[in-house]
Amino acid sequence: MSLLVFTLIFPLLGAITLSLFPRMSYGAARTIGTASVGLAAFTTALVAIFWSAAGGFPFIQTLWQWIDAGDFQVNFSLYLDGLSLTMLGVITGVGFLIHLFAAWYMVHDLEGKPGMARFFAYMNLFIVAMLLLVLGDNLLLLYLGWEGVGLCSYLLIGYYYETPANAWAAFKAFIITRIGDVFLAIGLFLLYVVFGTLNIQAILHAAPSVLAQGGTLANVAALMVLLGACGKSAQLPLQTWLADAMAGPTPVSALIHAATMVTAGVYLIARTYGLFLMAPAVHELVGIIGVVTLVIAGFAALAQTDIKRAIAYSTMSQIGYMFLALGVGAWQAAIFHLMIHAFFKSLLFLTAGSVIIACHHEQNIFKMGGLRKKLPFDYAMFVIGGAALSALPLVTAGFYSKDAIIWEAVANGHGFLWAFALFGALITSIYTFRLIFVVFHGEAKTEAHAGQGLAHHLPLAVLAVLSTFIGAMIALPLDDVLPHDMAEASHWVELFFEILAALVALAGVAIAAVLFLGSRKTVDTVVESHQGQRAWQLFHGGLGFDTLYDRVFVRPFRATARAHEKRDWIETIVNIVPALTRGANTGLAAGQSGRVRAYAMIMFAGAAVLLALLMFG
Amino acid sequence: MNELSMVYGMGLAALLFLLGFIGVVIRRNTLFVLMCLEIMINAAGLAFIVAGARWSSPDGNTMFILIIAVAAAEAAIGLGLLLQLQKRFRTIDIDAASEMHG
Repeated sequence: MSLLVFTLIFPLLGAITLSLFPRMSYGAARTIGTASVGLAAFTTALVAIFWSAAGGFPFIQTLWQWIDAGDFQVNFSLYLDGLSLTMLGVITGVGFLIHLFAAWYMVHDLEGKPGMARFFAYMNLFIVAMLLLVLGDNLLLLYLGWEGVGLCSYLLIGYYYETPANAWAAFKAFIITRIGDVFLAIGLFLLYVVFGTLNIQAILHAAPSVLAQGGTLANVAALMVLLGACGKSAQLPLQTWLADAMAGPTPVSALIHAATMVTAGVYLIARTYGLFLMAPAVHELVGIIGVVTLVIAGFAALAQTDIKRAIAYSTMSQIGYMFLALGVGAWQAAIFHLMIHAFFKSLLFLTAGSVIIACHHEQNIFKMGGLRKKLPFDYAMFVIGGAALSALPLVTAGFYSKDAIIWEAVANGHGFLWAFALFGALITSIYTFRLIFVVFHGEAKTEAHAGQGLAHHLPLAVLAVLSTFIGAMIALPLDDVLPHDMAEASHWVELFFEILAALVALAGVAIAAVLFLGSRKTVDTVVESHQGQRAWQLFHGGLGFDTLYDRVFVRPFRATARAHEKRDWIETIVNIVPALTRGANTGLAAGQSGRVRAYAMIMFAGAAVLLALLMFG
Repeated sequence: MNELSMVYGMGLAALLFLLGFIGVVIRRNTLFVLMCLEIMINAAGLAFIVAGARWSSPDGNTMFILIIAVAAAEAAIGLGLLLQLQKRFRTIDIDAASEMHG
């Protein structure tokens, strides 16, 4: 059990070694980077076995006391329970597969340029930070990991920093998530003031007695945590960074911007669920944010031409489903969908990466086309991942995780949210199969060379297996951590709603087939009409949030800054001091004429004044 | 010496002092400036003599001897400066040596 800390140590050692020798060969960098995460995954497996053999009780490993300042004491402690074990498994397991794939991908992406060690150093560091985030037993340690993953995300989005656009995308991601982080920090301060501790379990334990149900304090604290989660998980209103984050290498998109980091918000809300139970209004808001995001992101995904951006919007949309699950109280379903999503979304991203390399760095789906024959393996992988994303019934893992969420929404009496979620499911399967049909069907437009080697095939194959019903058979040990999903209804009602959801998913596939298989005449006519153009532009730009934020925040800020650059009244006041000094200097310097006769005159005048004062004063 | 004569004596000293001062301020020729300084010093000396005579005290005489000594020293230094001025600026205009202005 005390092996737990080694899940952190291996990647940390990897990151340190790789940063110390940045010029090491490709082979060495790939081996170290991948092996460190592989060892972490192996350790996780051992920990999981020992933990469940020991009865599955929460386990705390205190490494040292981190901060000891008066009443404020924070331990550097790792906390292992069903929830953190689940996250641990996803991070190290999926993380290892993605590292393995990256070992293949980066060789083809770098093409001999230096930077392999740097890439794996960042990736390993990310794993460390992400593990700290999920294993921290107090909110401060969680926050350390939270900021750590933000940093690694920034570094990896801007990995190809020679292109200015990539650096700007990294800035954007960093700044927007930072806005969320500020709210989270405020939430942490608030929680410390109220509870006197940052220990998560202590806070959860004390919440019902300290906070008033639905009180202002509970609402504000929960809202701050929610906004923090929104920033990291790319949910409305802080969602605009994720699509641009695709500037990073594809394995980064798979690891950070699909499987792990962006789901940290879901983890945070699930971890502090007690807080949200005390703030029903904010809890309701979680579900609403999720639903709005999933629909908006779904529409945006329909109008993307870049394969990675389309998958990025679908990630946003799927995290919207997780937020919906959290919002309707289906805590376990949210975490289950988190895990399944990590499987199929990293499968989709890695396959997209494989396709991009096969087509010589082409990312525009309309320039691919007809790759089914040349890349049969990638085709199979993409169809499996896409089917899981669309939640096609019975055979895919997504069916079990996503339809559980949709069912819980209606079973818990959120009919309105349910309708939107179902509509989102329809859009999901339309845009997923649009991608498949456009990329892999139709006439061939480009040369393609299929990827070779174990590092290419193995991760995709394993993730593909996990994306089918086999992955859905993994039972998560969440019963002791999160409340049971409350849904209670007769079996037949549930069956009815599940069949409905399945039919919606299949209908989406059918619509996509009608629209995008074959000549695509209908779509072209609609898009080329005047309204169609405008709608396409709107969806393509993520429904105008970038423009909105530019108008509301960026431009007024810059205009204000420019207007006050010259006549700022505070600066006018401050400027009095140097003006006085300078004036006095000029006056006194003029008195220093250098002429002896003038000095004599001044001396005489002074003496006369003194004398007059003595005589008459 | 009665009070009336002291007023005359002091008045003469003040007049001499003022004349000397005016000379110092308005003359640009360093030699005349030095001479006017001598007049001012001697005006001060005269004031001490008058005061010493008025109160029949030897202090006034003592102070006068001191002032004479200071005046002699001052004249020596002043003439030295005058020579340096002539040597460096080729003029004895005192305003020529006004380079140390702010």
